[in-house]
Amino acid sequence: MNRLVISGNEAVALGVKLSRVQVVAAYPITPQTTIVEKIAEYVERGELKAEFIRVESEHSAMAACIGAAAGGARAFTATSSQGLLYMSEMVFWAGGARLPIVMAVVTRALAPPWSIWCDHNDALSQRDSGWIQLWAESVQEVLDTTIQAFRIAEDEEVMLPVMVCLDGFILSHAYEPVEVPRQSVVDSFLPEKRPAPYWLNPSKPAAYCTIAAPDTYMEFRYGVYKAMRNAERVVREVDEEWRRLTGRSYGGLVDCYRCDDAEVAILLIGAWAGDAKEAVDILRRKGVKAGVVRLRATRPFPAEDLRAAVEGLDALAVVDRSLSPGLPSILWSEVRASLYDAAKSIYVKGFIAGLGGRDVTPGDFVEIVRSTLEGVRRGEPGDVEWIGLRGDVSGHH
Amino acid sequence: MSSLPVTAIAIPRRGAAGRTGLWRVEKPVVDHSKCIKCLLCWMYCPEGAVVRREDDSVEIDYDYCKGCGICANECPVKAITMVAEHE
Repeated sequence: MNRLVISGNEAVALGVKLSRVQVVAAYPITPQTTIVEKIAEYVERGELKAEFIRVESEHSAMAACIGAAAGGARAFTATSSQGLLYMSEMVFWAGGARLPIVMAVVTRALAPPWSIWCDHNDALSQRDSGWIQLWAESVQEVLDTTIQAFRIAEDEEVMLPVMVCLDGFILSHAYEPVEVPRQSVVDSFLPEKRPAPYWLNPSKPAAYCTIAAPDTYMEFRYGVYKAMRNAERVVREVDEEWRRLTGRSYGGLVDCYRCDDAEVAILLIGAWAGDAKEAVDILRRKGVKAGVVRLRATRPFPAEDLRAAVEGLDALAVVDRSLSPGLPSILWSEVRASLYDAAKSIYVKGFIAGLGGRDVTPGDFVEIVRSTLEGVRRGEPGDVEWIGLRGDVSGHH
Repeated sequence: MSSLPVTAIAIPRRGAAGRTGLWRVEKPVVDHSKCIKCLLCWMYCPEGAVVRREDDSVEIDYDYCKGCGICANECPVKAITMVAEHE
C-alpha cells in the first residue's frame, strides 16, 4: 500500500488511471481542470494507455464519451457548473442509452451571479438524467469512489453512467493523505471491460438509440427505472467488496456517524459532512444525542436505507447546499417524501446553507441542531430556514 | 416486449421503416431509349431506390422510392419523367 498526499482532483485522476480508462474527452473548467490536466500528463508519459480527445465544448466531451462507450471502451470525463449545464443534452443521452460512462462533477455554483465556488446545484440539476450520483466526503473517498464507479456502472444489472461528485475547492483542491490501492488490487476488482453484445461493431452494422414509437418508448424508460433500483443493491455490494479488499468502505448508500443512540441527526451530502461530524462531537460533549446521516448517493435515492438509518431518531435537520426555487430545497423535499411511509413519524426541518461557497462552520451546524430541536419543542412546521444570510435582505421582494 | 434490448437499436434490413414508396405523390418513370447510363440518378438518389443493373442501366424500386424527383432533376438527357401516382 502506497501512501500519498494528494488533492481531490488528483485523486480522481489517479482513480481513472488505476481503472485503466481507455478514452478521456474533456474541456477545461474551474475547478475541474486539474483532473484532466493530470490525466493528460499520465497519457503523455505513457502511464495511462488512453485516447485523450481535446474537444471544443462539454457537449462534445460527453458526445465523444458516448461514442467511445457505445464502442465498448471505458470512458471518462469531468466537468463543473456551467460546463455540466452545457453538456446536459448529452448527459441525458448517456443515461437513456445505458452507457457506463464515469464523470467527475466538481460541484460549483451556477451563474448568475458568476461564482466559481462550491454548491450542489450543478450536479443536482441533472438528477433526472438517468445517472447514478455518488458524493464523496474526503479525498480518500474520492479516489475509492472513482474506482467503484466504473464497477457499478459496468455491472450487467445496472449499465448506467455514474457521476462522482466532489465539492469544488473544498475537496478538489484540498490535500489529504490517501492510501493508494495497488494496481493488482484494482485489476482484480475491476475486470478488463468486456464488450456487451450490443456495442457498436463495424462488422455488424446497427443504428444506436434510434426512434422508439409510443409502442416501445415506455419500456426503455422502465429499463432505466429498473436499472436504478438494481443500482441500490450494487452500490452496497461494491462498497462491501471494496472493504474486503482495502479495509475501507463508506456505508454503501448511507453513511451514518454516531447515529446508534441519536435522537437528532444532521442529514447532508458532500464534504461538509466532516464539519457536521465535528459539530456532533461538540453537541455530544454537551449531552445532546446527535448524529450525522450522510447520503452517499442522491440517485438512486436511498429511501429504504434512509428509513432504516433514521428509525430511532425524533428529528432530522436536512441541510441543502442547493436551491430549487419554488420548492424550495431538494434534499429536504426528497427526504420528506421518503419518510412519508416510515413506521414512526419524524420531525424533518430544512436548512439552506453554503450557497456559492459561503463557509459553513461546525458552529453553524450546532445552531442548526439547536434550531431543529427548538422547532420540535414549539411544534413548528419543519419549513426551510436560511443559514447565515447577511445584511438587510428585506429589499428582495 | 420481454425481448427488448437494453437500449433502442435498429439492425439494418430491407424496408426497416416499412414501404416508404406509399408516401409517393409522383413516380419517376425511366425512358430507356433516352438513357445514356451516366448513373447520375443512381448516385443522387437519397434513398438507394435507383437500382443499378449489370449493364449500368437503371430501374426504380417503387417499394421504397418516395418520389422526391431528384433523379428526374439530375438526369442530363431528360430520360426520367415524374408522373402523378393517381392519374
